[in-house]
Amino acid sequence: MQAVLLIDFGSTYTKVTIVDLVKEKIIGTARAGTTIETNIMDGLKAALAQIPEPAEGWNFVRKLACSSAAGGLKMIASGLVKELTAEAARRAALGAGARVLHVFSYELTLQDLDKITASKPDILLLAGGTDGGNKEVLLKNSEMLCALPICLPVVVAGNKAASGQAAEILKKRHDPVVIADNVMPELGVLAVESARLAIRDVFLTHIVKSKGLDKAEEFLERVMMPTPSAVLSAAELLAQGYGSERGMGELMIVDVGGATTDVHSLAKGDPSKPGVMLKGLPEPYAKRTVEGDLGMRYSSEALVEASGRRLFDYLGWTDEQVACQLGLYKEDPWRIPQTEEEAKFDVAMGQMAVGLAVERHVGTIEVVYTPFGATYVQHGKDLTLLPVVIGTGGVLLYRSDALEILQGAVFNPEEATILKPQQPTFYLDKEYILAAMGLLREVAPQVALRMMKKYVVKL
Amino acid sequence: MEQKVLVLGVIGSDVHAVGNRILDYAFTQAGFKVINIGVLATQEEFIQAAIETNADAILVSSLYGHGEMDCRGLREKCQETGIGNILMYVGGNLVCGKQDFEAVKERFLAMGFDRVYPPGTMTETPIADLRKDLGLTAD
Repeated sequence: MQAVLLIDFGSTYTKVTIVDLVKEKIIGTARAGTTIETNIMDGLKAALAQIPEPAEGWNFVRKLACSSAAGGLKMIASGLVKELTAEAARRAALGAGARVLHVFSYELTLQDLDKITASKPDILLLAGGTDGGNKEVLLKNSEMLCALPICLPVVVAGNKAASGQAAEILKKRHDPVVIADNVMPELGVLAVESARLAIRDVFLTHIVKSKGLDKAEEFLERVMMPTPSAVLSAAELLAQGYGSERGMGELMIVDVGGATTDVHSLAKGDPSKPGVMLKGLPEPYAKRTVEGDLGMRYSSEALVEASGRRLFDYLGWTDEQVACQLGLYKEDPWRIPQTEEEAKFDVAMGQMAVGLAVERHVGTIEVVYTPFGATYVQHGKDLTLLPVVIGTGGVLLYRSDALEILQGAVFNPEEATILKPQQPTFYLDKEYILAAMGLLREVAPQVALRMMKKYVVKL
Repeated sequence: MEQKVLVLGVIGSDVHAVGNRILDYAFTQAGFKVINIGVLATQEEFIQAAIETNADAILVSSLYGHGEMDCRGLREKCQETGIGNILMYVGGNLVCGKQDFEAVKERFLAMGFDRVYPPGTMTETPIADLRKDLGLTAD
């Protein structure tokens, strides 16, 4: 048997997936608490022990892992204009699977430096200026960053005419300092791929060790990437296909978690109707957004606040009932609903989280009245015609009503300016394998694709 | 010599895209690097584009007659954002009705524009002016 071991060191759980490469099927999945404080291997062994070992023992041909343990990949991004290079830098960091703690624009201030010191990011991403454009901000910010009391990995992805000099300045205080292509080489052009690769490289060479994940590397081949990056990679493969194996086409993945809700879309998002003008920064084809205030457990209070009346209207509960339920989750974040009422609350919360997260992910259309009549202006991606929405994440997996929760992603005619999918077909990542398949893509893309098509089921 | 950078756009709720394309083509052919922010451009978009690209000039078009409203305060915002001395041109059908162009020109010069062009100006004129104002001519 050609078994491959795929591991996701999550913030809470270490999840293992064992795959038979020849039969293209899952041999087993299991999870156990992540043990970052002691030895990361303990949790992994505990998870592995749950899967019955064959008589001849495991013979893993490959052992790969991704990680969001120890706070995930924490990044701070900085650019020149808030809406331009600072936003491009933020998107590059998100696309690399990072948690973005802060985004700074213009010249860094002493207060900004204090924030950097206090939040201890894993990587700084420094952008600013289009190629041949503004040089001062990149150089000044590099000088400024030398005043930091801590040494950090820095990725420079700004004006190419100044990035070499900026890197020289940064090297006086920071290590490693890596130069990537400009995240915005020309105005309105987003080019995040090179920065994304540079971030991943720094993650592999430096972050893995500083987070205590290197202990696992003696057993594993290596920790390949941050978990969100693995999911995005799986999504990309599933959308585009590989070789002669066809993909599913444009799609969206919604990952509802205890602390955040992530949305990945693999779609161009061009206007679906004629005569619509596109404004604002272009969106990457593979786009990821993370909503830190939309989670089912750790951020359930923030979710109730964000959904406002909508939640109460849906549930028909009083403020006290909701507060009482939130109290229960505060006591035990991994509480499984005990009664039908509790289950109803969970479904409502899930639908709100999906609804708001997708709302923030997709683009908007607005009517602009000009002296020549109404014109339509679109910001972001138009996903109204998107055919496929895939749900994943613990909350959806253990529920029979995943479909109802995912309905939150659907276009609402009363909010017609928000360009959500109108008639998508829903799928569920039933075995929770997307991150694992993102890893498997590294060694056997075709198998990973076929397995996803098999295990991601239509609802 | 380093290419001079121009930010070009149609300001306000104005959707006249054809002239914008022609200007883009003409200035590019004349050797400038054109950052075209297109139609429906706000003052902020002109300024942000100019900051990020370290532009040498802002070229504002307005065809629909509301130019005076749309352009007011642009110079002040440039000053506030640190690019107060940037070269600014404006042209098109800047105002409604048949107004005396000299009076219109005065108003826009007072607003802080360096050059103001009447309807029907050919592209050669601003190109020649840019060369002069940016120190690209031989003399």
